[in-house]
Amino acid sequence: MTTTTAGVIFVLSLIGALVAVHRPFGDHLFRAVSGTRPSRLERGLYRLVGVNPVAEQSWGVYARSVLAFSAVSILFLYAFQRVQQHLWLSLGLPAVPPHGAWNTAVSFVTNTNWQSYSGESTMGHLVQMAGLAVQNFVSAAVGIAVAVALVRGFARSRTGELGNFWVDLTRIVLRILLPVAVLGGLALMIGGAVQNLSGGTEVSTLTGGTQTITGGPVASQEVIKELGTNGGGFYNVNSAHPFENPTSWTNWLEIFLILVIPFSLPRVFGRMVGQNRQGYAIAAVMAILALASVALTNVFELAGHGTVPQAVGAAMEGKEVRFDVSNSATFAAATTLTSTGAVNSFHDSFTSLGGMMTMLNMMLGEVAPGGVGSGLYGLLILAVITVFVAGLMVGRTPEYLGKKIGSREIRFASLYFLITPALVLVGTAAAFASGNNSTALNVGPHGLSEVLYAFTSASNNNGSAFAGITVNTTWWDTALGLCMLLGRFLPIIFVLALAGSLARQAPAPASEGTLPTHRPLFVGMVVGVTVVLVALTFLPALALGPLAEGL
Amino acid sequence: MRLPTWLAHHLAALRALLVFTVLLGLAYPLALVAVGRLPGLANRADGSLVRAGGTPVGSALIGQAFTDADGHPVPRYFQSRPSAAGDGYDPTATAASNLGPESVVDTIATDPAQSTPSLLTQVCARSRAVGELDGVDGRRPYCTADGVGAVLAVFRADGLTGRITRVVSVNQAAPATPFLSTYRGVPVVPAEPGVDYVAAGGIVTPIRGDAPAEPAVPADAVTASGSGLDPHISPAYAEIQVARVARERGADPTAIRRLVEQHTSGRSLGFLGEPAVNVLALNLALDERFPAR
Repeated sequence: MTTTTAGVIFVLSLIGALVAVHRPFGDHLFRAVSGTRPSRLERGLYRLVGVNPVAEQSWGVYARSVLAFSAVSILFLYAFQRVQQHLWLSLGLPAVPPHGAWNTAVSFVTNTNWQSYSGESTMGHLVQMAGLAVQNFVSAAVGIAVAVALVRGFARSRTGELGNFWVDLTRIVLRILLPVAVLGGLALMIGGAVQNLSGGTEVSTLTGGTQTITGGPVASQEVIKELGTNGGGFYNVNSAHPFENPTSWTNWLEIFLILVIPFSLPRVFGRMVGQNRQGYAIAAVMAILALASVALTNVFELAGHGTVPQAVGAAMEGKEVRFDVSNSATFAAATTLTSTGAVNSFHDSFTSLGGMMTMLNMMLGEVAPGGVGSGLYGLLILAVITVFVAGLMVGRTPEYLGKKIGSREIRFASLYFLITPALVLVGTAAAFASGNNSTALNVGPHGLSEVLYAFTSASNNNGSAFAGITVNTTWWDTALGLCMLLGRFLPIIFVLALAGSLARQAPAPASEGTLPTHRPLFVGMVVGVTVVLVALTFLPALALGPLAEGL
Repeated sequence: MRLPTWLAHHLAALRALLVFTVLLGLAYPLALVAVGRLPGLANRADGSLVRAGGTPVGSALIGQAFTDADGHPVPRYFQSRPSAAGDGYDPTATAASNLGPESVVDTIATDPAQSTPSLLTQVCARSRAVGELDGVDGRRPYCTADGVGAVLAVFRADGLTGRITRVVSVNQAAPATPFLSTYRGVPVVPAEPGVDYVAAGGIVTPIRGDAPAEPAVPADAVTASGSGLDPHISPAYAEIQVARVARERGADPTAIRRLVEQHTSGRSLGFLGEPAVNVLALNLALDERFPAR
């Protein structure tokens, strides 16, 4: 079997698995977020937290709960890193410096998991498992909760109530994330992922050198890092590390874990609005964009254009033998199509066009299928914009799922869309204007790509890195921290405001003038609007970076 | 007394965070650590340590450098891939090179310690070294015979256009002889240390040369892995090392080749990943079966 054939079967098997699982898993998710009786454990948790589980919240209260939880999390995580040297399992590592601790705290709470530090030489085991990995769970749950609140906005009418954030958070963690994490963590341990509290074992190698075989609670963190589309690796080299991703089948499993929740959420959407076909239409948009991207990334990487890949004979720099070119390309596409940002190979050393695909994936706004929750709400915003654009073009009433898209709704949707491009382009320009681009390893177009990638990754809460850039300076830590913070919470506020506005409306009965939003025509239009909006926004920047280098 | 709402939110948030920290940050990972103590799983959870004569010599999942104290390859062992982790295969400093596909111009400083090779030159130098060690053709496209990137800076009269005024072989400093004597009729001169020919307006022009499109030294032998800890090499890279290892150990190459095959893993389930040779396991088996003379 050739490498290409094996790579194609690899992708097909992932598609098959996702198609098989998205329905039952989506139904399970649906049950978890719709109000069935709380379990005994859940009732206990509500009492401990001090919330009334039956009290519903307006969009404002829901948003304030999200913000309060995230603010407390950032402060806690910051303090945790600053005092780690006094804590159990610190492995003798010193306190994380203030700008690094701020950046990392924001990074993990915003589900970005951008890492300006090297895991094995910065973070003790306790900070990793009780600080960072906890945020891997709860920041993912926050994303799903916000998406569910938006869908409630479509599904409900004449009400100000969008659910209860604390209940959503608890149920998503306990019923979805934790059980899958336990099973997936065990599977990774069987594959060889490390799970202990050891500070490392020193061994004497065959030729008489010494090597420290590192330890740590890796498997438990690795699984939620993929499942929650977080991406922050236990080690510096992330999922390229044999202790995080030991074999070719764990590699397959990790890609599956990355994609399973984002591709199951459209099913939840369909069931919540009472029309499964609406969910299928959203899933179709995601699938079309994702397939095109996976295919192109593979084509570019396997073709291996560029001077060094031609000299080598394959784009093997920064890739592992056990994954080779194709499985690395597929992982790279999956991790940037979602908001994961884990890497099993180094995007900086990809071919120019292959590297551009990873950037383009993030610039799409991470909606195909996107991060857990954020992918669904991002795509629903794009659907709202599409309905509006279509309405303008043919003179139909802009409405989606029986809700009118008036000036208030379209204002929230437009603001949502504008935030990330503004952060990316202003941030990149600021880096060059202030001379901070000089920490990039490469110069010329590749240097621009590295800076552009960093801001794209931070503002979209992806967290993957082109990596050939030193970012643990005060300027970079601060600037990227701000991008992550604003790129996460401003969109969430607009999404919840939109949800509140939709929920208040009375349903408009479908008429002759209503555009059906479950047909292939609409799917094609959403794909088109997404691609056109992204192309108009980012093409000039891409032309100066990867396109200039690759053509 | 009733708390103001904004404070009540933050108190609930703090309590929620603490509850989840205990549940997800302590109970969950420690439960998995406990499961990892079970027999059958314990060795894997501890890093798949490999022992020789009772003492651990490494991990089945982590590559090693089979080099002497000066960093030279030990010829009786199969060699691993190049590594960017610390000084090579250092699990406490895992890293990839992060050099891009068009990293082709070396920085040649007046003080050689300040010079940094481009990725292309690293590839060319590794290819040449492996070729010499294993007695195969180390030539590659875009590489000079002396093992650096074959790259010219071409200066033209009007910047990007016009007649060619000067041509410099940017990765070859004097006294090296440029890999081409002339380029389009203009003599090629070697680079002077400390000069940035790209900033000076030279057009970077890699020269393909006449090396075979499929070099004898495989791709994984000349590139650093993502982790810097890659435990594997490709079967092709193992194959070109067989003759040397057999000679060093006074063994029959066919027997060595059979041992390589035994330590080659195919694709899982027939389609996942690529065939790969675990270098540490292979070298341990070699020491056992064919001790060096």
